[in-house]
Amino acid sequence: MERFGHTPLSLGREIGERVRDPGLDNPPLNLTEEDLVRGLRYVSIEAPSGVRGRMGVLGPLVDQAEAAVVVRNTAYAFGCSGCFRAGLQVLYLLRRKGIPILEVEYPSTREEARGMVRRIAEFLGGLKG
Amino acid sequence: MTRIAQLSCGTEWSGVQAMLEKAAGMVGAELFFPEVDLEDIDRAVEEVGLEVQSPNLRLMIARAKALAEGVPADAAFILTCFRCAEGVLAKHAVRRYLQERTSLPLVMYSFTEKPKLGELLLRMEALVTLAEKKTLLAREKQEGLTLGIDSGSSTTKAVVMRDNEVVGTGWIPTTEVVEAAERVKREALAQAGVKEGEIEGVGVTGYGRFLLGEAMKADLVQEELTVVSKGTAFLSGVQRGEATVIDIGGLDNKVMTLLNGIPDSFTMGGVCAGSSGRFLELAASRLGVDVPTLGRLALKGNPEKVRMDSYCAIFGIQDLVSGLASGSAREDVAAAACRSVARQVFETQLQEIDLRLPVIEVGGTALVEGLVKEMREILKVDIRVPNLPQFGGAVGAALLVSGVRG
Repeated sequence: MERFGHTPLSLGREIGERVRDPGLDNPPLNLTEEDLVRGLRYVSIEAPSGVRGRMGVLGPLVDQAEAAVVVRNTAYAFGCSGCFRAGLQVLYLLRRKGIPILEVEYPSTREEARGMVRRIAEFLGGLKG
Repeated sequence: MTRIAQLSCGTEWSGVQAMLEKAAGMVGAELFFPEVDLEDIDRAVEEVGLEVQSPNLRLMIARAKALAEGVPADAAFILTCFRCAEGVLAKHAVRRYLQERTSLPLVMYSFTEKPKLGELLLRMEALVTLAEKKTLLAREKQEGLTLGIDSGSSTTKAVVMRDNEVVGTGWIPTTEVVEAAERVKREALAQAGVKEGEIEGVGVTGYGRFLLGEAMKADLVQEELTVVSKGTAFLSGVQRGEATVIDIGGLDNKVMTLLNGIPDSFTMGGVCAGSSGRFLELAASRLGVDVPTLGRLALKGNPEKVRMDSYCAIFGIQDLVSGLASGSAREDVAAAACRSVARQVFETQLQEIDLRLPVIEVGGTALVEGLVKEMREILKVDIRVPNLPQFGGAVGAALLVSGVRG
C-alpha cells in the first residue's frame, strides 16, 4: 500500500518499542501500570483493566491522528488489539475528533480486496499533505 | 415535582428498579423513561457514534437522543451495571452527548444488586438541587457583602466576601458546631473590618448546615457538593469548561466533575478513614508533627522504602509504626502515609469519574504538599491548588447566597 506522503500511526510499532525496551520487564507486551493510568484519559476507571491498558496505548495514537481508515469486520489475525470494546471506544473517539474517516469492510475475496485498496488509495490521495 | 429521566441498562434485571423509584420519591422526584420509536434506535446510535451491541444500551442511547430533541425533563440519571465494559463506555458517551446538546443536570451511577439507599438518595437530592436551583448555580460572581460558613467534620471555615473578593477568613477545628461557627464568623468579620449587621446574606454548608441554618438564620442552606464546586470554580478561575475537583476531607472525600462550574457527576466516600485526612492526622501524630509538616517531610521522602500492606486507618498506621521501628526515615514514612491516602482515593473514589482536565484539589488537605504530589504522580496529570483551598465550601456559600440575599 502506498502511503501518499502520510505517516501511519502503528499499534504494532508502539508494542514493538515496549517489547524491545530493556528497561521494562513485564512480558509479553511490557505494559506498565503507567500505561493503565494513561488509559484513564480515554476511559473511566470503571472500565475493565484490559480496556484501560489498551486505551493507554491506543489513546495517544488517536490524539495524534489527523485521519483514519477503519476496517470493519476484520479477520482474527488482523490487527492486534483483540478487544471489541476498546475498538468501539477508539472509533468513537476518532469520530468525536471530526477528522476524515474512511470505513471499509474487511474483504473476503480478491476482488473485494482490490476494491478496498482502491478506496483507501483514493482516500489517502485526497487528504491534504 | 422534579421529573428525572432514567437512562439505564440492567436495573430491572439487577432487581434495583424499585429502590431507584423509592429514592426518587423520597426527595420529591419521579423517574420516567423517555419514549422512543424502535426505528429511531439505530439512527440514534449512529449519531452518538458509539456502536454498542447490547440492545438495552442502544435503547438507552436512543432515549438520550429523545431528551436532546426536546422530551421534557428536569434532569437525567444515567446508570449501568457496575463493571460492564460496554455499559461504562455507553454511559460516558451519553453523558457527553447530552452535555453538548442540553443543559440538563446529569448524574451517573454504577450499581450492583445491592445499591445503598443513602448513595442513591444523595444523587437524587443533588439532581433535584441542580434542577431546582439552576439559575442560582449559574452565578459566577459574588455581589455585595456576604458571609459563607462551611461546617466540616474536622474544621469549620468562614469567609466574608465583598464585591467578588474574599476580604476575611476564619478556620478552626470543629468542636461544638454552632460555637465553632460563631468563632470563625467573628474571626472573618474582624479580619474584614466588617460589623455583623452589615452582612447582607449568610450561606451555610457542610455537615452542620441544618443546625447552623437555624442558629444563624441563614439565607441559604445547601449540600456541599454543589457549594464546594462553585467555590472551587471561583477560587481557581475555572468558571467555564470542564474540570475535576478533588476534596479530601477530614471524614469523607468528594470528587466532582464540573461543566461550567456546576457538578454533573460526583462520587462521595466516607466508609473508610484510611482514605481521609483523618489518616494523615493519625500519621502526623505518630511522627510528632502537625499535618502540614508531615506534608513537607513527605516531599523529601521515598514512599517505596516503607512497606504498606493495608490502606486501613488502623492496619496502615501499624505498617507505618513498623516502618519506624525497623529504622525507616521519618520522611519516608510521611511519604508513604501520603501515598496511601492518594492511592486509596484513586482506587476507590474515582470509580465513577471520567477524569477531566484541569484537576483541582481543594480542602484543608490540599495544603499538604506531599499528598498533592502523590495525587499528581498517581494521576499523571498536573493538579492545581488554588489560593485558600481550605475555603472552597465557605467561598461557594458566600458566592451563592449573594444571589438570594434580601
